[in-house]
Amino acid sequence: MKKILILGGGTGGTIVANRLAHALQPQDASIEVISDSPLHYYQPAQLYIPFGEEDPRKIARSERKLLNPQVKLRIDTVSEWIPDKQALHTARGDTISYDFLVIATGSVPCPEEVEGFVAGADHFYTPEAAYRLYHKLSEFEGGRLVVGVGGIPYKCPVAPLEFTLLAEAFLAHKGIRSKTEIVYTFPLNDVFNIQSVVPVVRELFEQRSIRAETFFNLESVDAEKKLVKSLEGTELPFDILVMTPPHKGAPFLRGHPMADNDGWVKTDRNTLRVNDLPNVWALGDTTNLPISKAGSTAHFEAPAIVEQIVAAIRREESPPGKATYNGHVTCFIDSGYGKATILDFDYDHPPAVYEPNEFRHLQKMAFNKLYWYLVPTAVI
Amino acid sequence: MEGIQIAKESDARGSFCPGPLMEMIRLVRSANVGDVVAVISGDEGSKKDIPAWINKAHYELVGTEEVAPGATRFLCRKNH
Repeated sequence: MKKILILGGGTGGTIVANRLAHALQPQDASIEVISDSPLHYYQPAQLYIPFGEEDPRKIARSERKLLNPQVKLRIDTVSEWIPDKQALHTARGDTISYDFLVIATGSVPCPEEVEGFVAGADHFYTPEAAYRLYHKLSEFEGGRLVVGVGGIPYKCPVAPLEFTLLAEAFLAHKGIRSKTEIVYTFPLNDVFNIQSVVPVVRELFEQRSIRAETFFNLESVDAEKKLVKSLEGTELPFDILVMTPPHKGAPFLRGHPMADNDGWVKTDRNTLRVNDLPNVWALGDTTNLPISKAGSTAHFEAPAIVEQIVAAIRREESPPGKATYNGHVTCFIDSGYGKATILDFDYDHPPAVYEPNEFRHLQKMAFNKLYWYLVPTAVI
Repeated sequence: MEGIQIAKESDARGSFCPGPLMEMIRLVRSANVGDVVAVISGDEGSKKDIPAWINKAHYELVGTEEVAPGATRFLCRKNH
């Protein structure tokens, strides 16, 4: 019997595990997920915590209950991966071997990487940080709000844009918009890195009087003087600073021969195989692919990996096209005031962007609730 | 570009916008003042983006050179 090991109990790892359990009989293979938490977090909900629209205690559920009973769940942290021996060491001192390995350990926000960040800046990339920001925004009486991206790549590329637009609507609703200046910073020469999205964002920013500061690569935060500095020499004063922290891969992958120094795993853009290893795949935030680090990316990548593993176990050829990933990503942009738009694209087709509307907002809100029933369970 | 000592170089061919620019920013961050760093890019957009960023950051674009068909090396001095 073959042994399939899946690292990570987030969206990608859970979908792969459940799809494999649907496709394989228990006598074909054992399927085991290793996760460092017994909880599965719906991370997109963290965006709404600072505005009091989500409760941080209600955005996680039991990973065990989301997994097919055929899948074994081990709560542990991988400390070392030895590809030559097809084995892993864990923090609890176990050594685990595998025939097939899927790496879905995601990305880790690293605010401590930037001087002064922890003392002076806020973010919404963990439930705890988002909740601290909720308190700060609740007590805010106006001033200068600076929102920005502190390093590329980062989780959910549109989230900082969404936060900026939602914050503008939140402050207007609170009656302090006229007393608040909003500045959005981005590391590149425009407000976003997908060109077709830029005109819509620029128009929204103009309508809402949000100033953009581009080519702003976060260098340090002076918590005492309330000043954020860029590598380019720009200094911005703030009353509240909301920065997307730099992100890295899982600690055991940083500097690993199969990954780069920041821990992004070298992954084939179509097969999702890791560095040409015949029995190892990566998906979701884990990869070094220049595509969105988002749950939908993992969602659309999972079938290609499952197809390859099932074909290898059954010694069959995969039908043409089913075992490859085409770069498909879908994401909503909530623009506040009860409106949203959606981006849908792949390697060959950049997103067409439409005016935000009420229907897309309702669709996003419904998806946030239906996620638990449809996505990790691999119903869709 | 003979005679210029390159402290760090990254071959970013195969990655596309903003990959090569972010690679240049990463190298500059880790360099010492006075160092020259280099990035090789196969992405056409880098010809605009990388010089624009160097100009914005007030560093020095030491030069550019074609190192292979469709591949350009950008040299930047971290002068402050």
